Amino acid sequence: MELHRGPLNVDEITNRWYGKLKDKNYGAYIPFIGIVRDENKISGLSFDIYEPILNSWFKAWQEKAKNKDSYLLMAHSIGDVPNHCSSYMSAVASPHRVEALKMISSFVEDFKVSAPIWKYDLINKERVYAKKRSTALKGAGLLK
Amino acid sequence: MAKVEFLGPINRESIHVDIKNLNDLKEMFKHDNELVEWLEICAVAVNDTLVSSIDIKIGKSDKISLLPPVCGG
Repeated sequence: MELHRGPLNVDEITNRWYGKLKDKNYGAYIPFIGIVRDENKISGLSFDIYEPILNSWFKAWQEKAKNKDSYLLMAHSIGDVPNHCSSYMSAVASPHRVEALKMISSFVEDFKVSAPIWKYDLINKERVYAKKRSTALKGAGLLK
Repeated sequence: MAKVEFLGPINRESIHVDIKNLNDLKEMFKHDNELVEWLEICAVAVNDTLVSSIDIKIGKSDKISLLPPVCGG
């Protein structure tokens, strides 16, 4: 798992990940690249991350992958990422396609609702918390 | 004293509190109007593990984190 300030260097990360895995006898490698869309008059997105819990969340997923003889990779941006740049990449390598297809889907979906990352729209150079698009974590409201 | 940190968009400085459990913290925040709307939607972690019980004991060196709704990617 790697975190980068600003947009991800997709070419470099893609090549490095593939280079690292290609001779490890995985039959299926599925990368996912998230790209910031030009919508709602934003110039980009911005992110805050809480690393300790992100690390333990990812570690638990890597264990799950290991039990299926698979391997997960992930990269995310911290701070501002302009439109049409990438802020999120993940990938899974598995012995066979069926497991890889299943795992990339469940991993990315769980990432969206569980990873401690906060998203802001960049509008007129201001950061506006994307509250409506965010999901409360499990157990939310404990102190209300 | 235990440390309380407010993550992401809550945008507040950390504080130190003298409490015995999370219920004490709930009582302490009850009249903080600015914080009330966050408390409804925030999850709570103690020493970087999400918790689901208000009765969890808090010691002097513990760290409590408030985590608002998330949206990575």
